[in-house]
Amino acid sequence: MTSVPSKLYSDDVSLVVVLLDTNPFFWTASSSLPFSQFLSHVMAFVNSILLLNQLNQVVVIASGYNTCDYIYDSSSDASQLGPENGKMPSLYSNLLQKLEDFMIKDEKLGKEQSQRAIKSSLLSGSMSMALCYIQRVFRSGPFHPQPRILCLQGSPDGPEQYVAVMNAIFSAQRSMVPIDSCYVGAHNSAFLQQASYITGGVYVKPQHLDGLFQYLTTVFATDLHSRSFIQLPRPAGVDFRASCFCHKTTIDMGYICSVCLSIFCNHHKKCSTCGSVFGQAQSDTSSASDLKRKAPET
Amino acid sequence: MASGQVSKRVKFKSSVKDPGTPGRLFLTLERLMFKPNSPNSATKLNMEFRFVKNHKYTKEGSNKAPMLNLTSSQGVSYIFEFESYDDLHVCKECVGKALSKTGETPKPIDTSEVPSEQPSTEELLLRMNMLRENGELQKLHMRFVSDGILTEAEFWATRKKLLGGNFSKKSKQRTGLKSFVLSDTKPSTDGRTNKVTFTLTPEIVREVFAEKPAVHQAYLNLVPRKMSERDFWSKYCRAEYLHHAKNANAGAAAAAEAAEDEELALFLKPDDILASETRRKIRCVDPTLDMEADEGDDYTHLPDHGIVRDGSKEITESQHEHYRRTLSQELNRHAAVVLQGTPIDEEQLKDTQSVAEALKLSKQGQNASNEETDMNTNQDRLSRISKMIEIDDLQASSDLPLAPLSIKICDFESRIPRDYFDSQQATALKNSRDTSIGNDPVKRILSAEESYASLRDSISHVKTTGLINPIITPEAAVKVLSNHGLSFLDTLPNTSKEELLYHWTSLQELLRHYWSSYPITTAYLYTKVNDVILLSE
Repeated sequence: MTSVPSKLYSDDVSLVVVLLDTNPFFWTASSSLPFSQFLSHVMAFVNSILLLNQLNQVVVIASGYNTCDYIYDSSSDASQLGPENGKMPSLYSNLLQKLEDFMIKDEKLGKEQSQRAIKSSLLSGSMSMALCYIQRVFRSGPFHPQPRILCLQGSPDGPEQYVAVMNAIFSAQRSMVPIDSCYVGAHNSAFLQQASYITGGVYVKPQHLDGLFQYLTTVFATDLHSRSFIQLPRPAGVDFRASCFCHKTTIDMGYICSVCLSIFCNHHKKCSTCGSVFGQAQSDTSSASDLKRKAPET
Repeated sequence: MASGQVSKRVKFKSSVKDPGTPGRLFLTLERLMFKPNSPNSATKLNMEFRFVKNHKYTKEGSNKAPMLNLTSSQGVSYIFEFESYDDLHVCKECVGKALSKTGETPKPIDTSEVPSEQPSTEELLLRMNMLRENGELQKLHMRFVSDGILTEAEFWATRKKLLGGNFSKKSKQRTGLKSFVLSDTKPSTDGRTNKVTFTLTPEIVREVFAEKPAVHQAYLNLVPRKMSERDFWSKYCRAEYLHHAKNANAGAAAAAEAAEDEELALFLKPDDILASETRRKIRCVDPTLDMEADEGDDYTHLPDHGIVRDGSKEITESQHEHYRRTLSQELNRHAAVVLQGTPIDEEQLKDTQSVAEALKLSKQGQNASNEETDMNTNQDRLSRISKMIEIDDLQASSDLPLAPLSIKICDFESRIPRDYFDSQQATALKNSRDTSIGNDPVKRILSAEESYASLRDSISHVKTTGLINPIITPEAAVKVLSNHGLSFLDTLPNTSKEELLYHWTSLQELLRHYWSSYPITTAYLYTKVNDVILLSE
């Protein structure tokens, strides 16, 4: 990477961090899109990004049910030296091998932990890893590819990750990294909608999952510079509801700490985040008006 | 106004510094007239508008008094100071009309030339504003009017509605009465004798009638036949005076006097007409109104809000309860009358008799309509009550697993179509209901091990067979391509889209002028149509 002449890093060179949802509970339940087909589409897409520009760089992070990990990095030399069996390029076989290892690790970890109510994947973890990777690239020198994050998600949102995900979103916003998201699940994902909305990325929920590759290449393959010239799918609306800090449930009306803005679904004597002591509600009639409405804004 | 005559109270001045002569200004389309209030004043004016050369007026918002300055063709200026800017506006409009009319009439009506009509300054201002606010209109104006394809008048003729709409918006608000007039019936006493003098003007009488229907009724019944006008009003004032005297002695005296004089009693006893009207209004109140529900909205239960009330003091003043009630009723009545305004014109304010008659007429009309609405509201009430009655058997159980109602506060991007939100709302609801269940209850039976195994299977499947070939079938590709949900316009780049829309609006404008020139009766229209055809080609 350091050997590349720095002037070659023009504005259309991109670093794409792909967050791959490998939640087994989602994929076994998903009938419309088998995981193998999904993998084919994604790998072909990763390959096409690398072909778009010689300096393009792709990192794939798997977000599993119990853990997340890097499973592919086009810049590391080791990935180039896979066993070439004639059937498939080393890129694919490396990625698949790493993915299989990751699945075994994920399963092992799952035996030690209790199961969550909502079978969500660790989106917050993989987002943080992606941001860490991008920060390292930022600090490598003044010349680097333009980074962006692409979430390929299918699992439902885990409200218990709300704070972590929001923090990741805001740090991405601060470092001006757009988070694109392609959601293949049944309903829209509020987390990803908010992530793309806040960071200026694109949120797409494909209608025809067997054409996923086409969605990926037409919407997410273009570099950030070229995006200003094309008509990307517009955000049709964002679900802005928050999760409460106490029970991690998605609410549209709740209590907000006036000091630290923590959100609670019912009245507490003391803020569990910052320790502020709340006053007594005036009376039964007035407590109803203390409820701050946090409705989905759009 | 319908007859084209306007009359306003003004002060007539020969120069700005002049204190002025109070009087009335009458304006018609042909002439203006000034009549001073005091008949022996010499300053009178009666001139035709065709001698008026110029008119100026003070701008609203400036600190100066509202004044209208008319300059005659001899160079003499006549200054009128109005009581309010509203009066000034009315007169200004009238003068503008009159001047434009006199400007036109001298010429014989020419048949062939451009339909010229000098717009008033107000209309010009309105047009300027319209152009400033509406960018699209400005572009059209630039293109067609500034380039001389259409004349200013033609351009605006097709937009009369736009302008007219703005005009009517201004005058739509009903004007109420001046509140101070009503309290003006204060008696004036001369220091030496016990004589109390009331001064009543027709205007005050009008307010009295409006506020106290019983007095109005009594006046209609009694005045010409049973007693003279003067007697009637002195009785009324007497009653009023006794009523105002607060001490108990006077109250007793009033009661005693009322016992003797039945007409005086009329004024002192509670007003029946008012009471029945109040009952009618109470009947109009929504029967399902729940005042308790609103309790949380007021602040009076919070410290430092509302009037501090000390319960111990209130008990002793129970005899004042009646007084307090009537006082608040009177205040409310007064407020209602002030807000309602008056159906009587200034013209009819000549003497009390005509005021009474006019008020009676207008009230009759109101009553008729009231009765009609009464019938309707009664029906309404009944149906509403029947709707609101809760039948226990039919009540839904209250613990359905529904998400709480969420009210959308605003859609800050109004470009987003409304129906999207509704569908979004529905999915959000659905989502919140089944997130806890997971995706598919049947498939969820798979244990963690099984699902991991099946996932690993599919990975090894890809490993052995490679990527699916072709990755995407042509059919799927077409489906994706045709399902982007955008209209043709949306697929265009922004600049070409704007350009296209601009051409469309200008063509629309040209077409409008083209068809408005039919049938072609004059040479002017003929050339105009030809111009338009040339341009649109």
